[in-house]
Amino acid sequence: MNRTKIAVIGGGPAGLAAAIEAKKAGTDSILVLERDRCLGGILNQCIHNGFGLHTFKEELTGPEYAQRFIDQAQELEIPCRLGTMVMSIAMAEDGSGDKIVTYLNREEGLVQLRAEAVILAMGCRERPRGALSIPGFRPAGIYTAGTAQKLVNINGFMPGRSVVILGSGDIGLIMARRMTLEGAKVQVVAELMPYSGGLKRNIVQCLDDFGIPLKLSHTVVDIEGKERVKAVTIARVDERSKPIPGTEERYECDTLLLSCGLLPENELTSALGAVISPVTRGPEVNESLETSVPGVFACGNVLHVHDLVDFVSQEAGQAGRNAARYVQGAAAKSSEGDIRVTAENGVRYTVPEIINPARMEDTVTLRFRVGAVYQNIYESVYLNGERILHRKKKIAAPGEMETIVLKKESFEQVKDLKSITVRLEEE
Amino acid sequence: MEKRELTCIGCPMGCQITVTLENGEVKSVEGNTCMKGDKYARAEVTNPVRVVTSSVPVRDGEIDQVSVKTAGDIPKGCIFDVMEALRGISLQAPVHIGDVVLADVCGTGVDITATKNVERKIV
Repeated sequence: MNRTKIAVIGGGPAGLAAAIEAKKAGTDSILVLERDRCLGGILNQCIHNGFGLHTFKEELTGPEYAQRFIDQAQELEIPCRLGTMVMSIAMAEDGSGDKIVTYLNREEGLVQLRAEAVILAMGCRERPRGALSIPGFRPAGIYTAGTAQKLVNINGFMPGRSVVILGSGDIGLIMARRMTLEGAKVQVVAELMPYSGGLKRNIVQCLDDFGIPLKLSHTVVDIEGKERVKAVTIARVDERSKPIPGTEERYECDTLLLSCGLLPENELTSALGAVISPVTRGPEVNESLETSVPGVFACGNVLHVHDLVDFVSQEAGQAGRNAARYVQGAAAKSSEGDIRVTAENGVRYTVPEIINPARMEDTVTLRFRVGAVYQNIYESVYLNGERILHRKKKIAAPGEMETIVLKKESFEQVKDLKSITVRLEEE
Repeated sequence: MEKRELTCIGCPMGCQITVTLENGEVKSVEGNTCMKGDKYARAEVTNPVRVVTSSVPVRDGEIDQVSVKTAGDIPKGCIFDVMEALRGISLQAPVHIGDVVLADVCGTGVDITATKNVERKIV
């Protein structure tokens, strides 16, 4: 059976950064498995700029950002298998703790690979129409925003000429601009929530710049057309997201784009038996970004959906370093002293969900999202009920991931640690 | 006197800013809650600029399209002129990041450059 020390599932921004850092940390045997024909993942179709401000202090486009990591991986001579689909990850039955990664490609056929550690970096998928309960016919002309993005930017096809967009996530906003620049008429963007999940910059530069209206608290209530989309009707919704009769507006169009959220792609993770968080829909991880299965790490959008690729790269680098420590036998394996982080009072979740101070590096980065838009709020962290961090935020919104860095010494000062709590407070 | 309404892009607050102009000169900036907003609003009403990104066809490449961008800011009013200038352009593989696709686009002094490597297709 083929062997590797670390198998990285996915060659997008997370997988590349994880592999690079694992290699730099001294692991010589790493294999990246990528489903697509090229590395870089979703960045390849994100041709707009704004990537890399944190990492490179300049604004790059998606493909440029990806290339910097692809170049590094090549310089470090990290092997990558392209056009390769991972079918399953399972624990070896010999009790060694190794994982058996089964993958498939045209050159090698079906291959079983024995890995000491696995880094999950499969990214996420868009919520499709079937998951949205939109009434109406099922004609051609309904695409997720990301599919349209791939058609326009990679394949050079325009999916339609007259467009309605449901959902104001960043990809939907970016595609409103992209379709407009290519000559389509984008009539309206409807958003179910009373606020947009997209960045302000995208609302201004993708909608306002082109006079495209954004209708908050609106959803699609009808799609007309048997062969091809003919018209889409939207309506205002009440506070329980129910359409209000009499508020319908009908738009004649040939295309409906959906930008209604992203879901981490965790079929492999679930089948492996790793505990999945019902909130993030990614695996639960500890401070080392290790899942409930020892030696299996996760990072990037498969762990929880990010807004900025810079943070994906940071997180993935950490997963790579920890996987390297694991295969070098330097990581503590005991789960004694694990503390579950309590997220409450407006904090929807934290990643990691579990912290063990004994295993911590000098710092641990806690990432989380809030459940609504809050102004002039404090983010607080408590250890055993004692507040160790109290930070004022002018604004916190669901569309922007929050980050808190905690120091190991804060944990060392607390005797007999039993609880870690992250919450929002008014004062 | 002219009033212009803007949404600040500095942070998620998205302050609604009102700029009052007289003969093209900024008289007042209101509605912002920090200096970032003031700076943004003044630049946006006097000289709004954008980076334009798009993709153009490439012949004999591993993929059929290569992504491109204006290598720097161009006046916001030139966005559609830039798109028009790109229409009809196609490149021959290989293309590499930074290759100039169109020099001094629309007289802006800014080049259009490739943002992706597309190697020749191996037949």
